[in-house]
Amino acid sequence: MAVDILKEKYRGQVREVVLGATKDEGGTRSHTIKVGGEKALPFLHFEGEIPNRPVVAMEIWDMVPDEWPESLKEYFKDVYNDPGAWAKKCVDEYGADMVAVRFKSADPDLNDTSADECAATLKKVLEAVSVPLIVYGCGKAEKDNTIMGPIGEAGAGENLLLGVAEQENYKSVASAAMANKHSVIAQSPIDINIAKQLNILIAEMSTPLLDRIVIDPTIAALGYGIEYCYSIMERARFGALQGDKMLAMPMIGNICHEVWSKKEAYLPADEEPGWGDQAERSPAWEAVTAMALLQGGINLLIMRHPEAVKMVKNNIDDLMKDNSY
Amino acid sequence: MIIIGERINGMFRDIAKAIREKDPKPVQEWARKQEEAGAGYLDINVGPAVSDRVSAMKWLVEVTQEASKIPLCLDSTDYDAIEAGLEVCKEPAMINSVPAIPDKMDRVFTMAAKFNAEVIGLAMGEEGIPKDAESRVALAMELVANCDAYGIPIDSLYIDPLALPCNVGQAHGPEVFETLRQIKLLSDPPPKTAIGLSNISQGTKEREIINRTFAAMCIACGLDAAVADACDEELVATIATARVLMNLDIFCDSYAEVYRTRNL
Repeated sequence: MAVDILKEKYRGQVREVVLGATKDEGGTRSHTIKVGGEKALPFLHFEGEIPNRPVVAMEIWDMVPDEWPESLKEYFKDVYNDPGAWAKKCVDEYGADMVAVRFKSADPDLNDTSADECAATLKKVLEAVSVPLIVYGCGKAEKDNTIMGPIGEAGAGENLLLGVAEQENYKSVASAAMANKHSVIAQSPIDINIAKQLNILIAEMSTPLLDRIVIDPTIAALGYGIEYCYSIMERARFGALQGDKMLAMPMIGNICHEVWSKKEAYLPADEEPGWGDQAERSPAWEAVTAMALLQGGINLLIMRHPEAVKMVKNNIDDLMKDNSY
Repeated sequence: MIIIGERINGMFRDIAKAIREKDPKPVQEWARKQEEAGAGYLDINVGPAVSDRVSAMKWLVEVTQEASKIPLCLDSTDYDAIEAGLEVCKEPAMINSVPAIPDKMDRVFTMAAKFNAEVIGLAMGEEGIPKDAESRVALAMELVANCDAYGIPIDSLYIDPLALPCNVGQAHGPEVFETLRQIKLLSDPPPKTAIGLSNISQGTKEREIINRTFAAMCIACGLDAAVADACDEELVATIATARVLMNLDIFCDSYAEVYRTRNL
């Protein structure tokens, strides 16, 4: 008697979001990138289609990242003062699928860079590379609300992925996305209910934005509560596959932001000899964090270390091999 | 729980008139209204007063589909009428209903297999509605076995444990809840369950609160679908709340709104 192999059947699927815009679509990118669209849990190709591979974006700053450890800075030492060249190096040398520009210098406590200067920097990066871009403000909501409009305008038509919209502060980013045809990162504090509600709030501003939202469920680094993030992501994916359209957006994880603020990544070996060589340890910490979250269903990873990027891209190659039967 | 909107039924005067005069407007208005209110299916019943049920069913199906894209639940004891309706359905439909009586099961399951339709099976046999849960479950098992024999996926079968008006058949209440629970143990995957919700309050003066409470209690026992008044906003909110409390839908502040608009 033939064995009937049980396969889970799902009625929903993750929404497919397109990032970037080519000339025909009103932008200047050489290609667009699709994320999401899966009809099964991560990499279970035998249960449903996984049409798009997870994407690795590398993060660049609009200022010299003094707080980064030397072992990481080493890789970008020739390009720190030129965000365009930095972006180009990430794409050409280190194989980044996308570039995430963080306007760190806009922080009022740092350089308090003006909106116009940020917009000019964005234009330089757009000229330097042809991949779709992700854009982050400085992380201080009050200032970010003033720069997102001009940044969105400077990149009009490029379908940037703009971050971040939060429950208490989503209107400026969502408006910038609506006005200039960009996509939005909707960030919630490791809280599935808020993740869902935020999507509803954004959709109330503009229904078409529903297909241009990427959820940032907030991730944690390995050793710092990654299991909580994993279970939230898993719950969102089950929800999406069971037909919850308000949780069916692809997910993004700001891996580097979490990992590189942890001592396991930034401390040199002479301070913690038992932890081993930093050149090996730090990228491994970033890569393992990313790989764990890939299993949780993350679609877009923002990373820093070129060696970690290489490891994760190899891992994605393996995971995308068809295992259907 | 999925609401099968009950309003396109010849028992209602406006629909009976529409069928008589071949006026699609009232039918299409109710189709749209129920879909917007949160119905997942639309029940289509030509009612008792129509002489030619076959052509009436065909007409109702056609005009409803012009106004709404959600699937239909063809409701009649006249299987020729149901077959005529299935023939013109654009999407796979649901057949409402078949009792656990051999020749009727043969007719309905054959038709369901042919048209890829789902089926509501009634937990009643030749002797009518049983008194207790055990007998209802035994009849449900007969429906499951027959459904499987005709090659229809078990999760396309909805067992209706049959609720009686609470003012005449009060003792049936607990039996219905128990039946709903036990049906989920009959097979793997288990059949689904459905109920004619408004039956419970027939002839009472407090119909709405009885319907809403009954819905919440049935959901707690695993009910999957109900023929009900989709335009009763409080009922829909009750269902949405019960689904959240049963951990069937993920909570958020606007959960009731999400439940209403999930088909749109």
